[in-house]
Amino acid sequence: MIKGYEVVIGLEVHAELNTKTKIYCSCKNSFGLEVNTQVCPICLGMPGTLPTLNESVVDYAIKMGHALNCGINRICKQDRKNYFYPDLPKSYQISQADIPLCHDGYLDVLVNGDTKRIGIERIHIEEDAGKLLHSDKFDGSLVDFNRCGVPLIEIVSRPDMRSSEEAKAYLETIKSILKYIDISDCKMQEGSIRCDVNVSVHKPGEPFGTRCEMKNVNSFSAAVRGIDYEANRQIELLESGGTVVQETRRWDDAKGESISMRSKEDAQDYRYFPEPDLLTIVVPEEKVKMLKDTLPELPNAKIMRYVSDYSLSQTDAAMIVDVPEKSKFFDDCISAGCTAPKLLSNWILGEISKFMNEGVSIEQTSLTASMLAKLVNYISSGKISTAAGKTVFDAIINENADDIDKVIEEKSLAQISDISMLEELAKEVLAANEKSVQDYKNGKTNALGYLVGQCMKASKGKANPGAMKEIVLKYLA
Amino acid sequence: MKLYEYKAYEQSEMLKKGEISARELTESYFERIDEVESKVDAYITLNRENALLSADDVDKKRASGEALDKLAGIPIGIKDNISTDGIKTTCASKMLENYEPVFNATVVNKLKSKGAVITGKLNMDEFAMGSSTENSYFKKTKNPFDLDCVPGGSSGGSAAAVAACEASLALGSDTGGSIRQPASLCGVVGLKPTYGSVSRYGLVAFASSLDQIGPFGRCVKDVALLQDAIAGHDKMDATSVKMDHASTFDSLTGDVSGLRIGIPKEYFGSGVNDDVKASVMQSVEELVKKGAVIKEISLPSTDYALSAYYIIACAEASSNLARFDGVKYGYRCDKPKSLIDMYERTRSEGFGREVKRRIILGTFVLSSGYYDAYYKKAKLLQLRIKDEFNRAFEGVDVIATPTSPFEAFKIGEKVGDPLSMYSADICTVTVNIAGLPAVSVPCGYSKNGLPYGMQLIGRHFDEKTILNAAYAHEMCFGVFKAPKL
Repeated sequence: MIKGYEVVIGLEVHAELNTKTKIYCSCKNSFGLEVNTQVCPICLGMPGTLPTLNESVVDYAIKMGHALNCGINRICKQDRKNYFYPDLPKSYQISQADIPLCHDGYLDVLVNGDTKRIGIERIHIEEDAGKLLHSDKFDGSLVDFNRCGVPLIEIVSRPDMRSSEEAKAYLETIKSILKYIDISDCKMQEGSIRCDVNVSVHKPGEPFGTRCEMKNVNSFSAAVRGIDYEANRQIELLESGGTVVQETRRWDDAKGESISMRSKEDAQDYRYFPEPDLLTIVVPEEKVKMLKDTLPELPNAKIMRYVSDYSLSQTDAAMIVDVPEKSKFFDDCISAGCTAPKLLSNWILGEISKFMNEGVSIEQTSLTASMLAKLVNYISSGKISTAAGKTVFDAIINENADDIDKVIEEKSLAQISDISMLEELAKEVLAANEKSVQDYKNGKTNALGYLVGQCMKASKGKANPGAMKEIVLKYLA
Repeated sequence: MKLYEYKAYEQSEMLKKGEISARELTESYFERIDEVESKVDAYITLNRENALLSADDVDKKRASGEALDKLAGIPIGIKDNISTDGIKTTCASKMLENYEPVFNATVVNKLKSKGAVITGKLNMDEFAMGSSTENSYFKKTKNPFDLDCVPGGSSGGSAAAVAACEASLALGSDTGGSIRQPASLCGVVGLKPTYGSVSRYGLVAFASSLDQIGPFGRCVKDVALLQDAIAGHDKMDATSVKMDHASTFDSLTGDVSGLRIGIPKEYFGSGVNDDVKASVMQSVEELVKKGAVIKEISLPSTDYALSAYYIIACAEASSNLARFDGVKYGYRCDKPKSLIDMYERTRSEGFGREVKRRIILGTFVLSSGYYDAYYKKAKLLQLRIKDEFNRAFEGVDVIATPTSPFEAFKIGEKVGDPLSMYSADICTVTVNIAGLPAVSVPCGYSKNGLPYGMQLIGRHFDEKTILNAAYAHEMCFGVFKAPKL
């Protein structure tokens, strides 16, 4: 709520699918290759060519539909959206108009520990366009057609978000689902996810205000900035007695402002009509079901499970879930018998993330889930110290050690928890440090740390630090 | 008798027996072209050198004992909206004056793989829009039966080339009658196959849901021969149907006993020339003598078909022709000042009047606020017309109608009157709207010696029955006699 206004946000997310080939031809679907090399007569829209639908695009979109709890239109069609632009070789985009593949779903997202349900209006399939390039050496625009025909899904939310924070949580959840069901590479900088933002403001209890659509929002943080800017612009306009007009605006993230592109009156008439070159899409019922059955546990559900079942913080849970490999490893460790999930999450977010950040995957090391489960259990039970745990871990990662117990034995890392041995040790250390004992008794409490430290040193680090401290305290009393 | 005067199926036999070589046959056609092309103007591009090379190739293969297809060595002309790799495919438009495709249409690949010899690319109405071939940017093709008359259209070059013996066979395309009407006006046989039986891949689209490539020949057997070669499923065309296409050529018996021929009264109305009606009915009577049965039928939505056709065809055309924008290939205006200027001038200068008229019509009927009143209504009419045909075919096997309501008209006669020109399609458009197969066969001559055509319409994928009926008719009527040129 800003100055008594409620902000209403709806989002249209375009995600490029990572199918092997393009949507209507057999060109490779790959990014970053030399301009105009991933093209053929079909995706260049040469006269006489015809599209044929890559069926895996339909499968991918249905998976997303299931993930967002949508109904699936098993029978649907494709339509032509007509407009002129140099990056659109046929001068029409094959999309879906009145009958999208998926419809009427929802997504639960976590915002500050609370669950918020956001409605999904529709998901449809369509083809991407090319890209215009500009060069100082050339007075005009150049076109790279490589991206033409890359499959896209457009996910249209209902206007259910009420703050840029909710919008951000929605976008991040959508992104992590796309990654989890492995249908998109989700590389923002490569433009594989883009979004259009619809914003309106109104006073609670009054009808929704007039909305403005913002295009060219290229990152989630830009979406947040754009929404905040646009909401404030509309509120200031209303507060100063003006009215919001329905229009399409362009977000300029560098300048931090939106600029009017065209008003409702100038809205393009896309003259949609059914694509006559393609047949009706008919997806067998069994296939729809099969795609649902193969869906993995989704990241938002996973986060909720980690928080409720393992008492992880939402932040930690989200950080693990954000990387499917980490999350899978976490689950595998639990299945392998790890009884200290919080400590496990620290290890995954600490030591394991460290090498993964350097581009090494867990699979490339000799670390297995059962090994980490055992290691974490040893630390948690006090069998070895945290420091000793790191030594074992390093031995696994750097020396390909595969037997934890053997490493502990060879490097004599087992912690001494035997009380009589620890008492013996304490007696010797206290006797040799009479001055510190005296200092402690005279009220210098930090002498305790020194004495415990000397005991640990005498044990070559193997004493259980907790037990050691208790014993020293007992003798000092 | 010159080699070029033989029918394709006869030439095929002669080639097979080694009586003639493919080179001799091809040379014979190019000699004929040299002799009459300046009068007929059927071709936009000739493929002489490559044609002779492929003929030699066929001869070599035959000499080495290789088993060859019936079409091996047969010279075939291709309508200039069917893509040919490395050979200009202009669609008779300034827009594509210098456009050379980098791929072959599926039908062209099929013909080439069978050893057919491509003579060249044939004239047409620009982007297949027209009924007289006068809308070509390059030239006006003349009717070989009267050089002052049009050959019909839009496949006028294909019909005239076959009638003038400038090609043994030809391919055309038919969106609303563009094969059958010129076949009728030029006294040859033309088949519009069932929608989905011949791949459209490589055919420059006019109206995707109505377009179909089909064969021209000087007799029914020739048309069957070419149809058999081009029919079949193509994974490059989603609308091509997966099914076996039995040979129509082998099933031509001429036996029509028991064949039920439907005569729809709506096709014999006031818009159709009386002499045309009479010659169609006379031809049907001849079939009755051979055992066929006549049944009067009614196809009441026919009156609305022309309107529905022009709405659907123009709507699709407005979208299909949007790609000619000056960005990638084809014509671009000189020194554009801006993107919009480039679009506007490229398309204003690159397209002819009739094409622009149809793009504007099509853009209008798809516009928001008009879509329901025009396009949606036309699609509903399409369903009704399909339904009426389906019901009619419960009681008859073939429907006989005139192909064109009148014989060939004078060049220039209808140029200023698009509606009168559109009426040339009244008997043919319903077939495209319903996706049915139909063949046009010569069935009489006007007092000026200009041919009339009879259209025989069949059930979906039942080319066999209409071609056999056409064959039976041809046995009574007599086969094609080339006009003096």
